[in-house]
Amino acid sequence: MIIKKAQAGSLESSDCLVTVEPADAYSMSYSGQNEAIFKRRTERIALEVAERLSASARVSIQDQGAIEVTLRARIETAFERAMGDGGVRV
Amino acid sequence: MSGKKNTNSACRSMLYMPGNNPGMLQHAAVFGADSVLFDLEDAVSEREKDAARRLVSHFVKDVDFGKVIVTVRINGADTPYFERDLKEIVPSRPAAVRVPKCHSPEDVTRADELMSEIERANNMPLGSVKIHAMLETAHGIEHAYDIAVSSPRIEALTLGGQDLTADLGVQKTRGGVEFLYARGRIVMAAKAAGLSAFDTVWTDLNDIEGLKNEAALAVQIGFTGKAAVHPSQVDAIHEAYRPDTKELRRAFRIVAGAEAAEREGKGVISVDGRMVDGPIVTRAFNLINLASLYGIEKEDDLT
Repeated sequence: MIIKKAQAGSLESSDCLVTVEPADAYSMSYSGQNEAIFKRRTERIALEVAERLSASARVSIQDQGAIEVTLRARIETAFERAMGDGGVRV
Repeated sequence: MSGKKNTNSACRSMLYMPGNNPGMLQHAAVFGADSVLFDLEDAVSEREKDAARRLVSHFVKDVDFGKVIVTVRINGADTPYFERDLKEIVPSRPAAVRVPKCHSPEDVTRADELMSEIERANNMPLGSVKIHAMLETAHGIEHAYDIAVSSPRIEALTLGGQDLTADLGVQKTRGGVEFLYARGRIVMAAKAAGLSAFDTVWTDLNDIEGLKNEAALAVQIGFTGKAAVHPSQVDAIHEAYRPDTKELRRAFRIVAGAEAAEREGKGVISVDGRMVDGPIVTRAFNLINLASLYGIEKEDDLT
């Protein structure tokens, strides 16, 4: 369960900044230079992680050109941080 | 020389990369280093340990780095990150984990036991992820051989110079006289146990001459490779390992002689009027293997 707002990643080139906040229902917002190309990929990965955790959360991602492994790692870390110490491993 | 060492995957250079920097990690294969060393220890701040660990684990698992040997430096056994690092990194199957601050054989056996548990739980072949034991304290150096033989997972001993200067209470000098004993000790212990030996980093990025001298020293002493802190250092390290042309010509003649002797069923051969025995032939083969990394496959390739 998401108990607090948490972030992972950075605004450095090739990275992304993922913010996860408690919410009643899942939602996601994406911003990045290549929105037309990467928005759907990013939505898919974020949703996959949220579903695996059955977590309802507000997720926002500022993408600085992260490749898929980076995106996945940052989303997972943000979720884990938002779940606090008692959270399960993603 | 022991047969344990893998001569096919030469590891002259190990390039450190900060584990929480995706921009660097995604380019890890392009810098020409024989191996890369994703760092979860000194290059990562306390509050980013979890993020770096996850990032590195995904990179090692899912990104194809081609021929580049991928290793990960985890946090030491004296930190709260040690177990978690192993639990996340080992299943991603790096070639090896570098275990820092090995003071005694127990530090290695602890890592070894945990790694075996993790490999079993993940249906991995037992012992598939190797250990590079980093010695960076006086106590660790004095126990170099015991550490070298403490686990069949150990593939290399490595010198951690930065921490060692602090432990010894000495200054790092350009000539490196303060590390002479530690270097000799590590190489001797590693070779006695049939392992590779990796030298410490040269930290002054602006002093390439200093790096060249230190790399030459490392080669002379017997180190099989040297760590780099920046891509610009890789070439200088590789140059230090480039075989001497004269020696290499002789190696080609020795190997040709040995092959002829084998065809003719002779045990002993002579090259240039000198007796050549087994160890010299082995050394010649190793030198020729090394030369192939510089695009030299036969004597005609030498200029």
